[in-house]
Amino acid sequence: MKARVHVMLKNGVLDPQGEAVRHALGALGFEGVNGVRQGKVIELDLAEDATEDDVTAMCEKLLANTVIESYSVEMA
Amino acid sequence: MRAAVIVFPGSNCDRDLAVAFKAAGMQVDMVWHKDSELPQGVDIVGVPGGFSYGDYLRCGAIAAQSPIVQSVKAHADRGGYVLGICNGFQVLTETGILPGALLRNAGLKYICKTVGLRVETSNSAFTEGYNAGDVIDIPIAHHDGNYFADDATLARLKDEDRIAFTYTENPNGAQYDIAGILSDNRRVLGMMPHPERAADAGHGGTDGVALFRALAAALTTA
Repeated sequence: MKARVHVMLKNGVLDPQGEAVRHALGALGFEGVNGVRQGKVIELDLAEDATEDDVTAMCEKLLANTVIESYSVEMA
Repeated sequence: MRAAVIVFPGSNCDRDLAVAFKAAGMQVDMVWHKDSELPQGVDIVGVPGGFSYGDYLRCGAIAAQSPIVQSVKAHADRGGYVLGICNGFQVLTETGILPGALLRNAGLKYICKTVGLRVETSNSAFTEGYNAGDVIDIPIAHHDGNYFADDATLARLKDEDRIAFTYTENPNGAQYDIAGILSDNRRVLGMMPHPERAADAGHGGTDGVALFRALAAALTTA
């Protein structure tokens, strides 16, 4: 079983990397990019009986810092 | 007085911190991250700067789960003293021993220079060698020193006089210019600047010495 975890900075937390990417896109001539937020994707290869609850627990304990980050879990 | 300095793979300020503790009169044990127990009778635990576990996942995130840090948490919960510097501050926020988080510097650059710090409170074992309002010169060296906490946490830190140091010129975007904060019992200090790098005339500055001396004096009378 595989799971994919998306981790993003929460809304309201400044993302200077996303801002730098937005500026760079503008410098390359891509117009109309109003905002960029950068996050990370973590892919997990899990035992067959793993559940979404297990992955959520992993996110809460380690994969995301919930002070500044939100996460979503996709089971595949 | 006994100090323990935690050593993670990637720590690089551990020996500097040990030298600063020793210069203040403490006996120092270096403690490896895989150990699960602190040495008996430790008064103060130093969590040093560096790049624990290569800063993988988030700065301090993996170190926060290491066996020894569970003992450091128990030590703090018992009312023990803890000093986390730079990466050590990041480890303390990742464990929840201190509130908030350290984000990437607002200017995205790694910053390595000596900055002015304002001492915001002299009411702690770490800061009682200074007067509130003093401005001291201490080096910073970090990429992720931009202190963030929600509004309620920031208000609490301010109301409870738990902001230990602020930057005179904010280098990294930290909220309220925060450079270092105290725990609610005032016995845990986390700070991004490096007092151990301003603790000997050979460093080019000695403004950090008062922190280690005050701490040693407080531990002697404790």
